[in-house]
Amino acid sequence: MASQQASATVPADEPPKVAFWNDPAKRGYAFQFVLFLIVAFLVYEATTNAIDNLTKQKIASGFGFLNVTAGFDIGQRLIEYSNTSTYGRAFLVGLLNTLLVASIGIVLATFLGFIVGIARLSRNWLVQKIATVYVELIRNTPLLLQLLFWYNAVLKALPEVRNSAALPGGAFLNNRGLFMPDPSFGSSFQYVTYVFLLGCIAFFFYGRWAKRRQDATGQQARSLPVAIGLILVLPLAVYFLAGQPLTLTYPNLGRFNIQGGLQIFPEFVALVVGLVIYTAAFIAEVVRAGIQAVSRGQTEAAYALGLRPGPTLDLVVIPQAMRVIIPPLTSQYLNLTKNSSLAVAIGYPDLVQVFTGTVLNQTGQAVEVIAITMLVYLTISLSTSLFMNWYNSRKALVER
Amino acid sequence: MSETATFSGQSVAFVRATPAQVLPPPASMVGVPGWMRQNLFSSPANTVLTLAIALLTLWVLPGFISFLITDAVWSGADREACIARNGVVPGACWAFVRDRLSFFIYGFYPLDQRWRVDLFFLLGAIGVAWMLWQKAPRRDIGFYYFIVVLPIVSFFLLSGSSILGLAPVDTARWGGLMVTLVVAGVGIVASLPLGILLALGRRSKLPVVKFFSVLFIEFVRGVPLITVLFMANTMLPLFLPDNITVDKLLRALVGIGLFASAYMAEVVRAGLQALPKGQYEGAMAMGLGYWQMMRLIILPQALKITIPNIVNTYIGLFKDTSLLLIVGIFDFLKAIETARVDPQWAAPTTSATGYAFAAIVYFIFCYGMAVYARSMERRLSVGDKR
Repeated sequence: MASQQASATVPADEPPKVAFWNDPAKRGYAFQFVLFLIVAFLVYEATTNAIDNLTKQKIASGFGFLNVTAGFDIGQRLIEYSNTSTYGRAFLVGLLNTLLVASIGIVLATFLGFIVGIARLSRNWLVQKIATVYVELIRNTPLLLQLLFWYNAVLKALPEVRNSAALPGGAFLNNRGLFMPDPSFGSSFQYVTYVFLLGCIAFFFYGRWAKRRQDATGQQARSLPVAIGLILVLPLAVYFLAGQPLTLTYPNLGRFNIQGGLQIFPEFVALVVGLVIYTAAFIAEVVRAGIQAVSRGQTEAAYALGLRPGPTLDLVVIPQAMRVIIPPLTSQYLNLTKNSSLAVAIGYPDLVQVFTGTVLNQTGQAVEVIAITMLVYLTISLSTSLFMNWYNSRKALVER
Repeated sequence: MSETATFSGQSVAFVRATPAQVLPPPASMVGVPGWMRQNLFSSPANTVLTLAIALLTLWVLPGFISFLITDAVWSGADREACIARNGVVPGACWAFVRDRLSFFIYGFYPLDQRWRVDLFFLLGAIGVAWMLWQKAPRRDIGFYYFIVVLPIVSFFLLSGSSILGLAPVDTARWGGLMVTLVVAGVGIVASLPLGILLALGRRSKLPVVKFFSVLFIEFVRGVPLITVLFMANTMLPLFLPDNITVDKLLRALVGIGLFASAYMAEVVRAGLQALPKGQYEGAMAMGLGYWQMMRLIILPQALKITIPNIVNTYIGLFKDTSLLLIVGIFDFLKAIETARVDPQWAAPTTSATGYAFAAIVYFIFCYGMAVYARSMERRLSVGDKR
């Protein structure tokens, strides 16, 4: 409307007049406004409907349920928990179990994935073919199927308690899990821990000093003997000096059950094994792509400078490959963490199994329970990406 | 010509004038021994590795083969065929798979109506072949057949319609491989257009559009599929008015469709970003509007280079359909799980056989897609080679 009124007095070099529905900027605003209205309407409808439905079904809302007694047991727990604990405590137990599986899984999957990824590029035909078969087989079958296989077909097929397989070192293996000697630490064991930590710190500074000296003078310092001395021998010496403050409680095989000892649950083992084997196949592909992304000329140039194959890999190829590897590797770590929620299918008490399963069924507070669960995973995902972005920006190629 | 050469007019005896005859390579460098030397025994470490792996393979493989083939039970009516005899446990119980095959494929679909499922499989196979076969006639029609005709026809075919004289079949009776294929098919057909819209939204200059797109994509990609399915299963009914009830299978379809489209959006976005800016500027210079530019210039090129990644997303989607068993949908894996614990076939190797069969079926579908993606990648990169 404004443009029509102004049209009588416009100078000749003004941009051509367009109707407002043809003006991209105004159209953009209108479109965004409509989209906003639609989303707002959907959110409003969903909320009112939810409130309506919840009051009709007489389901309480709010987070008060977190302080209510849960009344169910959880097999594997890292912190004190009993059936008189609250739902909030159950949530913590589940969360810690998820974090436990994720962290162990990430370490092992990285290890296996790098081995398989390098094996896929091996010049040894047999090694390369076996790695390829492994990757193709694992990547093309669902993780859930693999988890069910490990749990139901492998671990549940282990002998019953009566016929437990006795392993060296006083451990027992049966279909209720792996029973190992339970270490209990005496009070003077803390000195061993302190010395170990001090050794690690000292080695860190030794490494920095060695690097600075090598940069300045070109002399290399020996690192392996120093590492063994500081991190292994010194704490061991303190351990014996302190009078070996570590006692093991051995599991006792009875007729129907095993008393004492540290029990590792088959659900946990199946989940870790399944996740590690599955994710390692993906990590292997990431590693292979990363190494292949370093051009052949880099290796040839390193050889031309007189580096041997070992240092070439260490100093030239791997640092450059890591730049390509790290971003997709991060998303594989996140995938592993998210996939650990499949624990619900084999009954490992992770966050989803405990909270979205049992707690949701008992309280019926779907909105709150699912919101909390999703928030936890979102926090893990976003903080991992932030950390990895920071790391990536440090390692990224600095261009002009 | 003599054997001596001339140098500055003088003949020199020690320089040969004719090239020496080329000797054949040493016998150890050609043929099978040469290949083995280069690829298996190139260094002491490699030799040790080769021997160790060969021994390990020889130790594991015969057990595998005898379990799956030679010691396996191929026919029988019930568990009697597969239980241990004289203390010897037989191999894989394929008799169990043969007996339960129709259950694995159709679930509880009524016996006399199963031709409809077969017809659905046939129509789907025609659509897939039409889309994938590069030299098929009228692939443009094939595209619309796949994305419009097939879903509508399949819906009426499977769930029934009184106009066509097909008895209605409740989705609670659907099951097995059929459900897996229906869910994967819906996910495949729905996730691409939704993913393209989300990717365009994320790259849009309009802040509100961009905000909502980023919010949706990052939210969905940040949480496990299980929680999305739980949300669709328990919260969707809460969000809808009282008088609308949503079918359980439909809820799962909504969850899987939204999940897949968030991942698809990121794949498409990578393709959009890979296009040089000149393509956008060229299109704008031609006076094309936003949608014309996208439809005629940008998306055809961006989607072409993303085809391998799109297929990889489809592989992930196909594997993810197995998660439906956790929210109580009777998919292929659930059919296996149900049959596995059935007392009629309770035998020591029933579980392993069931899982082996499931793995083979999933592998055939996923590996097929992966091979197709790889061949597309090769075909598409032909133009980039010089």
